[in-house]
Amino acid sequence: MTAAGSSEFVYVTYIRTTPERLWSALTEADFMRQYWFGMHIESDWKAGSPWRLLFTDGRVADSGEVLESDPPRRLVLRWQHRLRPELEAEGPARCEIEIEPVGDAVKLAIVHTMDRPRSGLIGAVGDGWPKILSNLKSLLEAGRVALDTKL
Amino acid sequence: MDDDAVFKALADPSRRMLLDWLRERNGQSLADLCQGLAMSRQAVAKHLGILEDANLVATRRRGREKLHYLNPVPINRIAERWISRFDQPRLDALSNLKRRLEGEES
Repeated sequence: MTAAGSSEFVYVTYIRTTPERLWSALTEADFMRQYWFGMHIESDWKAGSPWRLLFTDGRVADSGEVLESDPPRRLVLRWQHRLRPELEAEGPARCEIEIEPVGDAVKLAIVHTMDRPRSGLIGAVGDGWPKILSNLKSLLEAGRVALDTKL
Repeated sequence: MDDDAVFKALADPSRRMLLDWLRERNGQSLADLCQGLAMSRQAVAKHLGILEDANLVATRRRGREKLHYLNPVPINRIAERWISRFDQPRLDALSNLKRRLEGEES
């Protein structure tokens, strides 16, 4: 079982696309803005490089370091929240993104972990990931997003 | 993922209970989930298999253990199918209000 002292959430969706196209959708700013409610991540996506998740007005929501980068299969980020002081104080979380071809689709798994029980950050991203993944799936499969209002 | 599989998986009270347990504590093994249940290990494993096929439960290996996680993505897709995007903030507000009034920890 999950260690009693950690919060771990797993989000899985199957998207009819290719690993390469999904990788682009996850890493290219213009692609991201379309399904991430106008937000995008800035990074060169190399292991050891920094990344920042930016609002449309340029405020930084989260930032961190790329821990592992293996396109188009695996991306691991150290994830530090920057906006709400109580969530920032929880310290860095870890976000693993795994891409795996399954039949004519691609399985996308996002594992967000923090080494503390009942993490507020994990709760907050937990509300966001299903909407973001749903939009991403719609965009890649049908060319449009399901929800374009703010989170 | 097939919506029929999601509805079929959710139609059983034992399977909904397993999802409730995973929501309480994510990342449990089959042995964890069997504790305190008046159901055979085989029955729990079968229910978990149906939930996994519907993508409502995601699994990960840790050493020799297979851990089960509640995956809310398909439920969110079903909700979005019928909820207009303009209604979402109001429904969130209503759902928060209901939770607060009923004293449930969110």
